[in-house]
Parts: sequence; structure tokens; C-alpha cells
Amino acid sequence: MTDISHASDVFTAGADALAEARRHQRIQQRRARVSAILRYAILFGVGLVMLYPLIWLVGASFKTNAEIFANPGFIPREPTTEGYVKGWETSTPYTFGRFFWNSFLIILPKTIGTAISCTMVAYGFARFDFPLKKILFGSVIAILLLPNVVTRIPQYILFRELGWLDSFLPLWVPSAMAGDAFFVFMLVQFLRAIPDDMEQAARVDGCNSWQTLLFVVVPMLAPALISVCLFQFMWTMNDFLGPLIYISSVDKYPVSLALKLSIDTTEAFEWNRILAMSVLTITPALAVFFMAQKYFIEGISAGGIKG
Amino acid sequence: MIRTRMLGLVYLSPYILGLMAFTAIPFLASLYLSFTDYNLMRAPKWTGLENYIELFTSDRTFRRSLSVTLLYVFLTVPLKLAFALFIAYILNYKLRCINLFRTAFYVPSILGGSIAIAVLWRYIFATEGLVNMVLAWFGIEPVNWFGDPTNALFTITLLRCWQFGSAMVIFLAALQSIDKSLYEAAAIDGASKLRSFVFITIPLITPVIFFNLIMQMVQAFQEFNGPYIITQGGPLKSTYLLPLYIYDEAFKRFDMGYASAIAWVLFLIIMALTLVAFWSSKKWVFYAGDKRS
Repeated sequence: MTDISHASDVFTAGADALAEARRHQRIQQRRARVSAILRYAILFGVGLVMLYPLIWLVGASFKTNAEIFANPGFIPREPTTEGYVKGWETSTPYTFGRFFWNSFLIILPKTIGTAISCTMVAYGFARFDFPLKKILFGSVIAILLLPNVVTRIPQYILFRELGWLDSFLPLWVPSAMAGDAFFVFMLVQFLRAIPDDMEQAARVDGCNSWQTLLFVVVPMLAPALISVCLFQFMWTMNDFLGPLIYISSVDKYPVSLALKLSIDTTEAFEWNRILAMSVLTITPALAVFFMAQKYFIEGISAGGIKG
Repeated sequence: MIRTRMLGLVYLSPYILGLMAFTAIPFLASLYLSFTDYNLMRAPKWTGLENYIELFTSDRTFRRSLSVTLLYVFLTVPLKLAFALFIAYILNYKLRCINLFRTAFYVPSILGGSIAIAVLWRYIFATEGLVNMVLAWFGIEPVNWFGDPTNALFTITLLRCWQFGSAMVIFLAALQSIDKSLYEAAAIDGASKLRSFVFITIPLITPVIFFNLIMQMVQAFQEFNGPYIITQGGPLKSTYLLPLYIYDEAFKRFDMGYASAIAWVLFLIIMALTLVAFWSSKKWVFYAGDKRS
């Protein structure tokens, strides 16, 4: 008898414990659900605040000037492309097309030069041993942390002596000499993570180091090189201080300077022209980002980046 | 053997030339120029410490600009990093659409330096702009963002905090690399989420916090586009950051010597704070596998 009553005690205790555990589990599930909802709410809220200014910008560029400061919504009541048409013409003899072309003329040599020079330098650092290697690599890190503000004035004087003022050269030549330490650093890190078996094999097959670089290393580096080019494209497109210092004739203005010019010269109350040109200014960067965002996110995570 | 030892240097040649021409020599030249009077017309004239003495004794613009710069940096960097870490922490939970959110939060950083965004800021913080329209829904009186010295600096801080994306992506990568079993062990021991965050998450990601701190600080000290476009340094020089002052002295007044002296003061401040961060990091940055602790 005692055995049976004991067994039933144990059984009821077990059932109680089970019920208790279930109840506990339910509470936990509810808590998890509440906190999941809270998380989504925060993310949506923050996301909205983050993106609404941009959405508003696009909407406002199609609004009439009277509506821009009267309507917080982004859908224009009377859509008009007047801002784009008039803004594109600008108050200068040139259209915005000219300014986009100028930006392109800076971006093209700068991006290609960066890709070539940084690949060479990263290959040198990652695969060769040479005198002063430690000091030279230390200098890469030093440049990474060195504020540009301290070298800007002598650089200006140097380019002035070279007769490069009011040309695109000061804007891309330093980068084409592997001057953007961040990219060198990123590529070195990337190369160090790749074993050099393939390169050894290529050597055995009779390739010299240049051929190995071109036919073995560059294909392996391709994803990192795409990140480099994309970032350089973005930064150059957005660069304002460089052109502000070096470019003085309007016919050589890149987009960023042209936009500043249109703020200064557009008559008051012609807001939609400026907003329309702002939209055009950020469009290339946004388009490139959405086409290749994988490379951006990987690039930042791999090297850590400014921005 | 000697040939291959030199081969590495051949690959480095563009870098070495660039380093000399565009960084190392300009760096030293700027130190030299800071001790001279130089307006590009006549050769630099050595004046010793005169520029520095003027800066620290009689130049009230400099004093104002320096204090505004420090205020801006100490306001912007912690706010931005805290916000980036907070969002990265939420994104680190297994959520649906995480990539979508990550992209959305990163977009403002992509456009970061673009002056189109500074232009946008001028519009949305105008007295009749978007921000005041939204505030009006909550019954808040319109704020004079650009007319008031405190508010004006804050709009630039907000602009840079809005671009927390790259700091967030770096934090997120670090959070994802933390071993989940640590949290499970802590939960079994009865630790709350907050306690796990403070005692597990934060210590494990200190290297990344350190990295972000230095990068964001160096960048914040050099802020130019925001104040140049949005507030033009005003009102009452309340957003006249040192880079603006340097730009005006060097490229408007062509007082290259004086501008170099300001640039060097700014550089030394950045250096000093970076060194303090490095030095103190021995006490608070935790590297996995480090036996010292």
C-alpha cells in the first residue's frame, strides 16, 4: 500500500512539476514574443526616421516651390518636373551634364590608379621580404590615422609649384600612388588570408612574379578589388573639400561644387531646383550601392572603415 | 636572393614615392611653415613661436573655435557609437529581414559626405521645414534650429549620428563572432539580459569599441562639409569648427603660416587623445587569448 501511495505522490508531484514547467514555458514564450515585437518596433521606428528624410527629398524635388515648406508628406500634390528642368540648366553657361562629366573625368583615373597601385603595393607587402618592411608597413598604419588637415597646406603649395592648380591632377594623382592607406591595408589583410600555394605552383611552372601577380593573384583578389573601386567611386563622388581647394573655373566643376554653386546663385524661393539637383547628385552613389551592396558590407566588416 | 629582396621594394615603389611626395615631406613642411609668416607671394619668413603665441594669447576666434570643436567631438562621438551599438545589438537577434534593416540603416552612411545631404539638412531643419512640421503634430513650438547657437551645433551632431551605419556594421560583425554558449551559461546561472550585456558582450567587443572610437574621433575633429554648407560656421561662430578656421586662414586669407600653426594644434590634440586612448586601452580593452588578465 505504502508503495502505491508513495508512487501516486510521486506521480502527482511529477504532474504538478510538469504543469509548472509548461506554465513557465508559456510565460517565457510570451515574454520572447513581446520582446521580439519590441525589437521590430524599434527597428521599424528607427528605420523610418533614418530613411524618411531621403524619401521626403525625392518627393519634394517634384513639388512646386510653394508646397515644399507646406507639406510634410512626400507625395507631391501637383507633381512637376520644373525643378529638374530648370535645375539642370543651371545659372551658368553649362548644364549639369557637364558637371557629371567632370566628376567622371576625376573618378575614372582615380579609381583605376587606386586599383593598380594598391594591388601592387599590397602584393609587395604580403608576399615579399625586403629591407625596412616593418617601418614601411608601420607608415601605412600611420597614414591611416594621420589627419589630412595637417598635410593639406603643403600639398596645396606643392601642386601650385607644379602648375597643377585648377586641373584634376591634384584630385587623383596621390590616390594613384597608393596614397589611400586604407585600401592598401584592406588588400594586405585580404592577401594574407589566402595561402600562396597557387602562386608557388605558378612559379614552378615558370611564371615570373609579375605574371603570377596578373594571372594568379589578381583573379583571387577580385572581390576585394571590387570593394576598393566601389568605395573610391563613392568617396570621390562625395568629395567636396578637394575640388573646393583646387578647382576654380566653373567649366571644370565636379558635381559637388556645382551643387554648392547652385545654392549660392539660385534665387531665393527656387527651392525645388536645388532639391532636384541634390537628388541627381546622390543617385549614382545610391545606384552603385544597391547594385553591389554585398561588397560594401564585406568591405567594411573586413577592414573597418571610415564613414 | 638580393634580387628578390629588392623585388618587394619595386612593387612598393609607387607607395614609397607617394609617401615621400604627398605625406612625409608635406608633414614636415607644415611643421616648418607653422613657425613662419608665409602668404605665397614672398618666401616664408621665420618668426619662431609667434604664430603659436598669437593663437593662445590674443586670438579669440581660435579660442572660440577650439572650444566649439571639442564640444562637437565629445557630443558626437559617444552619441554615435552608443546608437550604433544599440542598433547592432538588436540586429544581432535572429530576426527576419535582418539584411533589409541593415541595408536601410547603412544607406545614410553611403551618402555621408555628400553635400546633397548637407543641403537636405538645411531644408528639413529650416524654421518651416520638415522637422518643425513633425514637432508641431506633438504640440511642440517650432524650434529655431539655425538661429540659436546651441541648436545649430546640435543639427550637425544629428547629421553625423544619422550616419551611424558603418560603425554599426563593424559592431554587428563583432557581436556575431561572440560564442553563444557564454550567454547560455550566464542564463543558467540566472544572469539577466542586461547583466549579460554589461559583463559578457561589452568586455568581448572592447577591441572593436576601441577601433570605432579612434576612427570616429579622428574623423569628427576634421568635420568640414556639415558646418560649411549647413550653417557657414554661424550663428555667432557657434559651429565654426577648427577645420573651417584653417580653411579660411589658408585659402581665403592665404595666411599659410598661421593656418599651419592651427592645423598643428589640431593635429597635436588628435594625437594626444589617440595616445591617451591607446595607453588606457591596456586597462580596458580585452583581447581573447590574452593571458595578462
